[in-house]
Amino acid sequence: MTPTIQSPAIHGPAIRRPATGGRTGSAFWRTVRRHWQLYVLFLPPFAYSLIFLYGPLWGLQVAFRNYSPALGMVGSPWVGLDHIVRFVTSYQFWTLMGNTLALNGYELLALFPLPIVLALLLNTVRTARFRKGVQLITYAPHFISTVVVVGMIVMMFSPTTGIVNQFLGVVGVAPVEFFGPDMFRHTYVWSGAWQTLGYSAIIYLAALAGVNPELHEAARVDGANILRRIWHIDLPSILPVMVTLLVLNTGSILSTGFEKVLLMQNPLNLSVSEVLDTYSFRVGFSGAVPQYSYGTAIGLFKSVISLALLLVANALARRVSKQGIF
Amino acid sequence: MSRPATTTRITSSRPGARIGDTKIDRAYSRVNYLVLAVFSLMVIYPLTFVLSASLSEPEALTRGDVWLWPVGVNLEAYAAIFDSPQLVRGFLNSVGYTVSGALLGTVLTMLAGYVLAREELPFRRMLTLFCLVPALLSAGIIPTYLVVYNLGLINTPLAVILPGAMSVFNVLITRTFYQMNVPLEIHEAARVDGANEFAFFLRIAVPLSKPIIAVNLLFYGVTQWNSWFNAYLYLNDQDLFPLQLVLREVLTQSQIDPSQLAGADLGELVAQRELFDKLKYAMIVVAMIPPLIAYPFVQKHFVKGALIGAVK
Repeated sequence: MTPTIQSPAIHGPAIRRPATGGRTGSAFWRTVRRHWQLYVLFLPPFAYSLIFLYGPLWGLQVAFRNYSPALGMVGSPWVGLDHIVRFVTSYQFWTLMGNTLALNGYELLALFPLPIVLALLLNTVRTARFRKGVQLITYAPHFISTVVVVGMIVMMFSPTTGIVNQFLGVVGVAPVEFFGPDMFRHTYVWSGAWQTLGYSAIIYLAALAGVNPELHEAARVDGANILRRIWHIDLPSILPVMVTLLVLNTGSILSTGFEKVLLMQNPLNLSVSEVLDTYSFRVGFSGAVPQYSYGTAIGLFKSVISLALLLVANALARRVSKQGIF
Repeated sequence: MSRPATTTRITSSRPGARIGDTKIDRAYSRVNYLVLAVFSLMVIYPLTFVLSASLSEPEALTRGDVWLWPVGVNLEAYAAIFDSPQLVRGFLNSVGYTVSGALLGTVLTMLAGYVLAREELPFRRMLTLFCLVPALLSAGIIPTYLVVYNLGLINTPLAVILPGAMSVFNVLITRTFYQMNVPLEIHEAARVDGANEFAFFLRIAVPLSKPIIAVNLLFYGVTQWNSWFNAYLYLNDQDLFPLQLVLREVLTQSQIDPSQLAGADLGELVAQRELFDKLKYAMIVVAMIPPLIAYPFVQKHFVKGALIGAVK
């Protein structure tokens, strides 16, 4: 992309003309040409997105084909919706949907309100050092890898040598199988709380920082105590953020923390821990012959339902609170 | 929500305790401090325990004597880690992946964010949409695998670094940053002075964007350091494994014996069953230390960057 400069720049060096230009000159295309350097700057991210973000989207068509690597993407026979129909009518379908919704629903119920509470509490702390200390500590687990977090749970909650069960033994409680089918969801959700609560509060703190302090002053003068001020001033000010996050969360209700579930899975808890994401992955890659097409179809099914849920939630949010995310 | 929020605003919104607090205010304040202190302790306790366990006598650990502080401090587990070729190689691989992933991701993100922030650019909306679509409709693991496979990247370091190298979310944050911090007038001024876009980007925009560079480097660096799944999916060669993938096999696949990792000395060391746990705790510490050290340094920028993106 190196247009030759035909005439010396008259209106400053920013105006350059490709040799072929002739008089294609509507003002619009002149502006486009004047910014060619910006398009060049955009080229690397553009090429990257094309290959690694749009390439997979193009590859989604294997969900509608019987893909075989030998025949290639376009050469593989077209089967339409066969794979998706096969999945929806398969005997695992409802178990998988149930597991996915149970795990995510539980997580949403438990982990949506807590960061809001944390942010409201942090926002009313008057000692700056205390608040910064709490933030420094509670953000930290966000930066720890899933492998390490799951490793820590495995170690500390082990039925035989883990410190948690040692403690329960001291108090006289029988060892608990934290990775067993009964406890899996609790272990998953509450370890998630440990890891993400502090960091999830940031976005609410940002919104709270925008609250005009004079509102609080005026309310104090009028005799409103702190609880009423939180209820009538702070909470309404973060409502838009709450709605936005709720809409986004609804859109991802079928997407579990795939990597964490995969790491926490074992043959004993599979009855509750197998979710859409892990099943799609398992179908796609393990087994004597990888079923790329079937696995992709399951993933696509999930993505489409998620997108639909997102749009519905957004429309509802618009109607109810006059605000959506788009 | 229209003006930029900064941490200083948070601090200034509540000056110290004041006269005129009602009874409820004072009670609330005490409960508030208590709740936050208890929560912080709950967050920090497991981290402290892991560190203590990695330093304690293995027998004390097995007996269950270690609750908070180490019992009988020694560093033999860490010495053992540095004796294990597989762990050391994993650590070095992770450093390599982290540095290249952070650099590549940051460069791509800065370029995209900067261009998308230029409001006078024709087709800007279309380009923004181009970046947004993949974020809304994720293709999933298998189609991404097929792309990497067809590019012939299986079992190469590029397979670890390239998929997921650029995050749309970061592009949007960076774009917002430029919109708010590099106003249009500077461009006009620079153009009059005859600077071309490349020079302007390198000499004016980049130096103005240190906070967002720091945020991007940290974000991509930490993500790459902590990731294991790309390596798990695309790599067969153990010599290319990042630390997290090595750890996954030791920590979460309990059937794997840590002595398999042994160098000559380590083999003897872990011959005693009790050393296993101590060794695992030490590995956890080694794996989580780098991000935990890095993040407080950039936290100031980080919170600001997150705020800017959030407020917009």
